[in-house]
Amino acid sequence: MKIVAICGAGIGSSAILKVNAERVLARLGIEADVTAADINSVKEIAADAQVILTSAEFVEAIGKTYADVVVINNYFDAAELTQKLETSLG
Amino acid sequence: MALPPLADEAIVLGAVADNWREAVRAAGAALADSGAALPAYADEMIRMIEEHGPYVVIAPGLALAHARPGPEVLHNGLAVVTLQTPVNFGHPHNDPVSVVLGLAVADAEAHLASVADLANVFNDDDAIPALAAATTADEVKRIMGISL
Repeated sequence: MKIVAICGAGIGSSAILKVNAERVLARLGIEADVTAADINSVKEIAADAQVILTSAEFVEAIGKTYADVVVINNYFDAAELTQKLETSLG
Repeated sequence: MALPPLADEAIVLGAVADNWREAVRAAGAALADSGAALPAYADEMIRMIEEHGPYVVIAPGLALAHARPGPEVLHNGLAVVTLQTPVNFGHPHNDPVSVVLGLAVADAEAHLASVADLANVFNDDDAIPALAAATTADEVKRIMGISL
């Protein structure tokens, strides 16, 4: 499974989101490849992704996608990430 | 794997900022003072927010100001700025911001891992209020998990 974390530059917030998502997924026992990327490369990188993790600001820019776009409010809140990832991955 | 260097010059406690631009500018100035970036890096960080919105407010009270690697970045570096009075960035959930981290990164690829260490610091719920209340640079470093 492929999950992409998106932010403006692909170096700060998305990197943190990637790490915390990986931790939550490991705890849930879900194997996934989590990539951090910037919004300009979302079309290319997320083309085959199942889930896109991001903040509300980027939902419009991400646009049409087959991936499930999941908005995270607090990037450090493991409970929020767990709940939203569980819902998304069903 | 370690946090980007956090120089003493890059720790500014109780900065006065009337709005988010001034808060980000303070983080930019702190990075410039520490030699990690040129003063113009502050403009780049502000431009990222103007372009993409207040997404840098990644947790309640915490903004991670940063721009892409570029000529304004001299070497990897981190800045911690606490605000005397919190300011709003316009984030739907995480305003107001009392702690601004400035992040300058010379090479994105090599750097993902070390940014990850920031996650270790802030996965502790108490880290943001503790930073906001810190009164010395040593206290900030201790909260950030940097050995003195």
